[in-house]
Amino acid sequence: MSDPSTASIVSTPPAQSTDAGAPTTAGLPQSNEKPRGLLGDAWRDLRRKPLFWISATLIVIFLLMAAFPALFAPGDAVNGTLARSLDKPSADGWFGYDVQGRDVYARVIYGARASIVVAVLSVVGTLLLGGTMGIISGYRGGWVDALLSRIADVFFGLPFVLGAIVILTTFNGSGAGNSKAEIMGLVIASLMVLSWPVVMRLMRSSVLATKEADYIVAARALGAGTGRIILKHLLPNCLAPLLVYGTIMVGSFIGAEATLSFLGVGLKSPVVSWGIMISDGQQFIRVAPGLVFFPAAFLVTAVLSFVMLGEAVREALDPKLR
Amino acid sequence: MRVSKRATSAIALSAAAALVASGCSSGDGDGDAAASKDGSIVIHGVQPENPLVPANTTETGGGKVIDWLWTGLVEYPNDGGAPRNALAESINTTDSKVFTIKIKKGTKFHDGTEVKAKNFVDAWNWAAYSPNGAQNGTFFSDIAGFDKTYTSDPDGEGPKKAPPPSAEKLSGLKVVDDQTFEVTLAAPTAVFPTKLGYSAFMPLPDVFFTQKPEEFGKKPIGNGPVKFLSWEDNVLIKLTRFDDYNLRDTMKVKDVDVKLYQDETAAYNDLLANNLDFLESIPTSALAGDKWKTDLGERGLSTTTPTTGLIAFPMYDKRFQNPKLRRAVSLSINRQEITDKIFFGTRKPADSWANPLTPGAKPGNCTACKFDAAEAKRLLAEAGGFTGEMVFFYNTDSSHKDWMDAVAQQVKTNLGINARAEGMPTFAVFRQQVNAHKMTGPYRAAWQQDYPDVENWINPLYVTGGSSNDGLYSNPQVDALAKAAGAAPSLEASHEQFSKAVELVDQDVPSIPVYFYGQQSGHSEKIKKLELNNVGELDITSVEL
Amino acid sequence: MGRYLLRRLLQLVPVFIGTTFMIYALVWAVPGDPFAGKCGDRRCPDQYIAFMTEKYHLDQNVFVQYGNYMKNLLQGDFGQTFQQREISDIIATAYPNTLKLALVALSIEAVIGLGAGVLTGLRRNGFLDNLVLVSTLFLIALPVFVVGFVLQWLLGVQWGIIKPTVSSEMRLSELIVPGFVLGSASVAYIARVARTSIAENRRADYVRTAIAKGLPMRRVVGVHLLRNSLIPVVTLLGTDLGALMGGAIVTEGIFGINGIGRQVFRAIITKESATVVGIVVVLVLVYLLMNLLVDLLYAALDPRIRYE
Repeated sequence: MSDPSTASIVSTPPAQSTDAGAPTTAGLPQSNEKPRGLLGDAWRDLRRKPLFWISATLIVIFLLMAAFPALFAPGDAVNGTLARSLDKPSADGWFGYDVQGRDVYARVIYGARASIVVAVLSVVGTLLLGGTMGIISGYRGGWVDALLSRIADVFFGLPFVLGAIVILTTFNGSGAGNSKAEIMGLVIASLMVLSWPVVMRLMRSSVLATKEADYIVAARALGAGTGRIILKHLLPNCLAPLLVYGTIMVGSFIGAEATLSFLGVGLKSPVVSWGIMISDGQQFIRVAPGLVFFPAAFLVTAVLSFVMLGEAVREALDPKLR
Repeated sequence: MRVSKRATSAIALSAAAALVASGCSSGDGDGDAAASKDGSIVIHGVQPENPLVPANTTETGGGKVIDWLWTGLVEYPNDGGAPRNALAESINTTDSKVFTIKIKKGTKFHDGTEVKAKNFVDAWNWAAYSPNGAQNGTFFSDIAGFDKTYTSDPDGEGPKKAPPPSAEKLSGLKVVDDQTFEVTLAAPTAVFPTKLGYSAFMPLPDVFFTQKPEEFGKKPIGNGPVKFLSWEDNVLIKLTRFDDYNLRDTMKVKDVDVKLYQDETAAYNDLLANNLDFLESIPTSALAGDKWKTDLGERGLSTTTPTTGLIAFPMYDKRFQNPKLRRAVSLSINRQEITDKIFFGTRKPADSWANPLTPGAKPGNCTACKFDAAEAKRLLAEAGGFTGEMVFFYNTDSSHKDWMDAVAQQVKTNLGINARAEGMPTFAVFRQQVNAHKMTGPYRAAWQQDYPDVENWINPLYVTGGSSNDGLYSNPQVDALAKAAGAAPSLEASHEQFSKAVELVDQDVPSIPVYFYGQQSGHSEKIKKLELNNVGELDITSVEL
Repeated sequence: MGRYLLRRLLQLVPVFIGTTFMIYALVWAVPGDPFAGKCGDRRCPDQYIAFMTEKYHLDQNVFVQYGNYMKNLLQGDFGQTFQQREISDIIATAYPNTLKLALVALSIEAVIGLGAGVLTGLRRNGFLDNLVLVSTLFLIALPVFVVGFVLQWLLGVQWGIIKPTVSSEMRLSELIVPGFVLGSASVAYIARVARTSIAENRRADYVRTAIAKGLPMRRVVGVHLLRNSLIPVVTLLGTDLGALMGGAIVTEGIFGINGIGRQVFRAIITKESATVVGIVVVLVLVYLLMNLLVDLLYAALDPRIRYE
């Protein structure tokens, strides 16, 4: 999905967790209970939710698809013959053939890898980068906080699609010579660069809320080092909102990757991804709607399952809603 | 590449039959003169890349508008016939070296001043003076004294700048009187009068020389059948009939609005909804599966244009220096299948070196254009195979991906070479790499003739140092034949020499002609009659409502 | 309050410089010679390229270029595009169009999103709630360009309910469908945020008190609940305006709207730093000021928040 969604997801969770939620919700209950107790409760809650089981099953299937595409599709996703160009779905090619005569079913399956790898890696990267910055700036405070926050503002002020286009045309532009891994790395990097400020804000406000809690003060009084305080005490208590946000972000990054490919600046062949397929198939939508429909259906299902999972986890973790 | 008018079998489209069928016969031929007289049309366009100065426009968006705003010395008839005089009264020469050009008396620029010989000479001198940086400056290289007014940078991309030219004016241009001027060429060139219809050779009014070119280009003043009214960036260019126009092709309708689109699918949807009266080229989304035929019915028209899609070899790369390898690649491409499946039959497989619509071009003279996988394999083996990856390059900001992918796939399947196609993000990057001779694989190219003569298909492309010989192909015999052709006493003799040169090119396969362009256009129900010019642009003077 | 405002405004300055320089440098680094591709498939004469390069001072280093650009900008001169048009003209024609589109999208978001959010927040876990949940998730998951093409094709071409593209007059009626497409994903977010917020506050003491007092339900919801639940929604709407304007690239392309999206896209591809930065400058300003406005609105909505 394009900017609105991504950019809004960028503002949504913090709006809940920082402005309305974090100081009261994220902080207090967690500091009153042991983290394991909270997670344990959440898990008990989750097990009862069909939404959770449906989305988790789908995600496992998609992950398997990304890891072992050959299990799902024996066909050739890369080579085609023009003789089969735009053939309708049949027993041989379940989803039909694209304009180059390539098997759409095989391509959709193989496309899962790029789409999911890009999304998952960018989310992990964003969480690490933003999380670290957030902890540093929340824990240290003072000028470090001011500096990091202003840097975050610079990136936050850039509209997502616009920023990604600029970054990708600059670095992915040289055209000649970028290998598969480099192209994917660039897309991942640009998604990270443009999304970390949100995570940082999220992390920073939870750290601020937790920092002055009694058990931290006690730990410090007992002589625990900064590293120990951060790793043992701060992190476990601030992780929950991040994880929730992360799952939702995977969904929105899958969509963002598709939009970038659609605009011609994201992944490109020889990589196969759903976004590329939709973008390529779009001009044949009137003759062969399947070229757009099938990858779009997989895309929507994948995004939906990640977002649903995030949603279920969030409800389970939020004591106010229990 | 952009071109002015040229020879296609003209498509005069008449909806008279439809009129009669619907019972509203207008009585005076095709269109309704009364409706036409004050009528207005909205046609498709794209935002011009530059201010509208004829010698500084080479792209189609602005070129089209310039073709409508100006009338040159000669014009290229819609029906593909030989060029004929338009503004010129006569063009005389005895030796193909000195030309005396007389222009018609009493024609006017849109600002009311008369078109005189001086307007041509001044305009040409301006374009040929290199510090003015005109895109079409090199078109004047035939004229004596060009080497004095047009200097090049001695070290290409390097830090040194081009030295200032030693002369401001071409020594080969001389005004005789208000209606006459004399052109002396550096060497005899039989095809020179044919070139004069190209937009670089248009006259400019006196007012051009008193202001900045870009100021003029925002409110251009031409001498053609329509005059410029206004230009709202990315939205609309408004043109209207020039009532003082007294040459052959006067306007039948009054107002022409050129609506500037970004996206052709949007334009096509507007055409279907009768929001747009003419769309020059129908987008792939509607060509696929022949949808446009059912969408538009009688309102759709199909034509061919003198343009060829090619794949050029970087001859400066050692791996591509063996003609057998190049021939093998060419023979392994099934052009018929590509035009059928990728272009839905709207383009034709190429089988000759110069586009067959061009006067002097011989059809079917490309023996390397057949599809013969067995022969290709054999030649590849003889050439010693190909090691490494063969990457075919194209620019992704235009729709070349599908056919380049198909070509790479065929080379891979038929020759067993590890081939793939790779897009470069913008035409600017692509073009820069091509200009700098840094391509590492065969790349797409296209050539549309600038003026209707086979010379335009040989000299720029296959002669050593030719303006678009970007692959650095060089064969002394071809050069010699082309030179002889230029100096030939008549066009027929010149064509004879060129066809000999083509035979040599055919042996060397410096590039691979893949397909000849076709064009599918559509118009609204409002338009009752229209013609396309020789390169497939709308001839707005022919439109009747 | 005054000091708070001043501090906030001062903080904008480094952010503003940082953003513009970053964009300028990135576009400057886009590979390719901006003038090499101007002559179609014929190569441009070197004389033309040299002339244009000098005209736009592209032979200088990026810091000098940026410095000159900023100097001119502060004097109100946005510079010229490589098509030799005034950038200020482009901004003046394109911005109002995008703003109009974004405002229509924002209104659609606010109305549909808030409505759905309130309905579902009051009756959680009912059929309606689940229906809205699934449909909003679906909207989030659907890429904008898919929604756009489908709606344009169905409504514009197949059924002829709307014109497929928006005319240059940008009439309000023409903007409803593009506005919906642009705002579709955000509608979902607004609905979800409003729902959560309402559901949380529904159990707050003051609501219980108000109900216990015997106030009519309409008053409880309208005055007590809604006002307190609006804060996150307002934040979202506020920050979304900037995002909508910057993200309209796809929507504008589909519906042929002459907005900043397509200008910016063209400018990035053609390496026109000045145009990109000129447009982004205004976008960033909108975004920063909206953020400030949102913070100030908090104070109006929540008496507990005071700025000093």
